[in-house]
Formats: sequence, C-alpha cells, structure tokens
Amino acid sequence: MLLIACPHCGPRAESEFHCGGEAHIERPKDPASLSDAEWAEFVFLRDNPKGLLFERWHHSHGCRRWFNLARDTVTYEILAVYPMGSPPPALDPRRYV
Amino acid sequence: MTPRYSIFSLLRNAFSYHENWQQAWQSVEPKPRYDVVIVGGGGHGLATAYYLAKLHGIKSIAVVERGWLGGGNTGRNTTIVRSNYLWDQSAALYEHALKLWEGLSQDINYNVMFSQRGVLNLAHNQHDLRETLRRVNANRLNGVDSEFLNAQQVKEMVPVIDLRAGGRYPVLGASLQRRGGTARHDAVAWGYARAANALGVDIIQECPVNGFRIEGGRIKGVETAKGYIEAGKVGIVTAGHSSVMANMAGFRLPVQSVPLQALVSEPVKPVIDTVVMSGAVHAYISQSDKGELVIGAGVDGYIGYGQRGSMQVTEETLAAICELFPLFRRMRMLRQWGGIVDVCPDASPILSKTPVEHLYMNCGWGTGGFKATPGSGWAFAHTIAKDAPHELNAAFSLDRFRTGFLIDEHGAAAVAH
Repeated sequence: MLLIACPHCGPRAESEFHCGGEAHIERPKDPASLSDAEWAEFVFLRDNPKGLLFERWHHSHGCRRWFNLARDTVTYEILAVYPMGSPPPALDPRRYV
Repeated sequence: MTPRYSIFSLLRNAFSYHENWQQAWQSVEPKPRYDVVIVGGGGHGLATAYYLAKLHGIKSIAVVERGWLGGGNTGRNTTIVRSNYLWDQSAALYEHALKLWEGLSQDINYNVMFSQRGVLNLAHNQHDLRETLRRVNANRLNGVDSEFLNAQQVKEMVPVIDLRAGGRYPVLGASLQRRGGTARHDAVAWGYARAANALGVDIIQECPVNGFRIEGGRIKGVETAKGYIEAGKVGIVTAGHSSVMANMAGFRLPVQSVPLQALVSEPVKPVIDTVVMSGAVHAYISQSDKGELVIGAGVDGYIGYGQRGSMQVTEETLAAICELFPLFRRMRMLRQWGGIVDVCPDASPILSKTPVEHLYMNCGWGTGGFKATPGSGWAFAHTIAKDAPHELNAAFSLDRFRTGFLIDEHGAAAVAH
C-alpha cells in the first residue's frame, strides 16, 4: 500500500485516495474544430509509461482536495507532490526497458 | 520430428523410468530473417504462431520472448474459461475460443486439462439480477449456453456458500455457463509451444525486444538482445507491455497497465467443484486439481508495472470470500502474486492492424485474456497472414476509438475491472 503525502493532511494510506489518471491533459480550447482522431487522442489515449508518470490524485476520504503526484510505475516511489495547476517538476523520466 | 504423446508413449517411457522423454520443444538462436516474428511468448503469442503455421502454411516463424514461455500472465491468471459476454462481437469471439478449447488437447496433442465444470456469476442485488437476466438472454440469442439459477439452485450447486439472510453479500441468483470451466494454464503455453515447434516455429527465449526498424512506414525487423532479426511481418502480443512496444514503434495505444492479483490457499480436500465468480465484490474462486483454492482479485486503481498489487485489494477480496464462504475463514493463503494487465477504455481487446504497415497488435485483453487464448491466436494469425482482420475480430480494431464504435464490456460481461 502506498503512503501518500497529501499536501493538506500529511502522510495517509493509499486507501483514503482515488487516482484520477494522467495529469496535465488540457481540454481542447476549440472543441468544435477537432477531428475524430484528435477527439480520440483527448478522450482515450493516455501515457502508460514504465517509469515516471505524472498523475492526479484525490484525497476522497480526507480533505477531498485534488493534487498532482509524480510516481515511478515500477518501484512505486512517489517522487514529487505538487499542487493542481502547476507545471510538472523536472525529473529523470526513468524509462525502464 | 516430435513424437506423439499417447498411452503407448507413456508405457514405453515407463519402462525406462521416464528418463528418456524428449524435450517438448527446442530452444534455438534466432536466424537472420523470418517471414513472421511474434513478439511475446505467452499463450496468445504461441497460439498465433501455431495457427499461422498450421492453417496459413507460413513456414518461417519465430516467437521471441523476453523471459520464459508462459512466465507472464499466461502463468498468473486464475485459469477460468467462459464465453458468456454480453455484446454480439464479444460473444462471437469468445465463443469461437471456447469451441477451440473443447478440442484443444486433441488438436495440439497435449493435455491442457480443460475441465468444463461450469462457471457461476453471482447476482447480489436487484440491479445485478436484472443485468444477469439480460446477459443470459443475450447469450442464448447468440448461441452461447447460459442459464439462470435462483438462490436455492445456487445453494444446491455450491453447498458451502452462505445464503443465510442478513449476510453482507446476499445472493439473489446467478448465471451459469455449464460449458465454461478451467484449464491448466502452464500446459496451454507448453502445449502450443510444442505443437508450434513441431510445425517448424522457432522459439527464442530470454530475448527482449529493444526496438523496431521501420522504413517508409513499413516494418523491416526487430532489434533484440540477441541481435537484429529481419522480418516480413511482426505481431506484438505483450499484454502489460503493449504500450511500451507501441511507443517503440512510434504510436500510442488507449490501454492502461495495472496489476491484477490472484492467490492460492493451502491444499484441501475437494470442496468446490465449479467456478464461482462475483464481479460486484471482485472475488472469484475455484479449486485446482491439487486442492488449492484459486482466488482472483481485482485490479489496482492506478498504473503499475510491479507484479504484486496493493494490499488493500487482497484484503477486500479475501473479506468478500470469507463473507460468501464462511468455512474458508481459517484457510491459510500460500501464495499471492500479480500480473500486469492492459485494460482498454471499453474493456475489450484490440486485435488489429496498426499505423505501421505489416505490424500488428494483439493487446488490451485486460483482466480476461486467458479464456480467449485459442480464439485470439486463431483470429490474430488470420489477421497477420491475410493482412486483414477476420470477420470475428474486425470490430476489435484500433480505429474503433476514433470512430466511437466501442464494445463496452465494462461490467456488462460479468467481469470485474
């Protein structure tokens, strides 16, 4: 089980949180002009790296606030916790394979 | 020439104390070129190679595997086989697989211990009940055997289930597919490997793929730890690592890789002679021939490539098992493990051509790929040989995420995702 440092509540067990998927995906500015392929990209295509991943987490059984995590998907190390809206920290991408 | 396994070969070898059995397949070093290279030596990859050689007459085929045969999800699943999927496209594909299962041991001359002991999918509330009835009817319209059992009939079939009123997970009924059951998963990998090898397929283990050579939008070969292998066509069947492979080939997939867990208990005398699944509480249970209870759990809630899974998922599953089967409360679990499954947004697989010419993808089987092994290999072999999908897998294209023609089996197929 992960020990996640909620920026508002401090370190808590993974079971209090809900993962909201990949971070930094912006809703298209002009949705009407998007092609089907671009919509598919926005709706369905996600990074699935073996290594560093930026994702959103929600402290659903705690303060109920969202934040971002940088996590290694192989070792499960949490490399950074940072607020919503800020750019991803510069970290080694750690690509395995 | 691979000798046939039979009662006579068993007897003959008994006289020499079983010391002279031939290797089931030869491990070889790669040749410089093959007509088809299959990346991934699990059940699906080996089945693909077998059907390519047997049904499509392709002589020069190699299967390259990073680790050892069947060391990934083929040897990590809970061995359940069934075809009671809701939608027409899935029902056709999984039912084709189930028909192949029924003749598989004879076809590949290897006992995969396919046991049609029936598969029950429990309904715990009114909504489950309505969905179960809908699926039973949909299955029957598609020619898939399916029955509805009420709570009393479930109790008659599985006497150890707790149906006393007031339980945490009351059982209101279940669907039953009598032709479903289990198979020995290792034997599936070994049997397909042996049968494919007998038809001239080269099996290359401990050979990770590090990249693809692509020229003018067309695949030319694969870069491996054992050197460059030129290939006419390449099929990727790497389950949890499908995205990693697709990224090497320069495109993205709509799949997410998550650990799916399973556990086995200490062996006990026969206590449960069918398969009981509960999608709602993420718990599946059956008993292996060795007597171990084989228990399947749910997936982690986030991407992970560590083959273990979260502790609270184990706990939730075992809590549900103990609620449904109170007599298992004092059982001890012997082993727990995880396999990395690649889940599609619609929980249906991708068996498809890709943006790269002559490169094909078989992935996205998510939490339920084992049951499809023969059908998946059969349809993928057709796709590779003809450079076009078969009618059975045409709907399972990568393009469906652009067209929006999804095959939404999330929950619909009695699967816990």
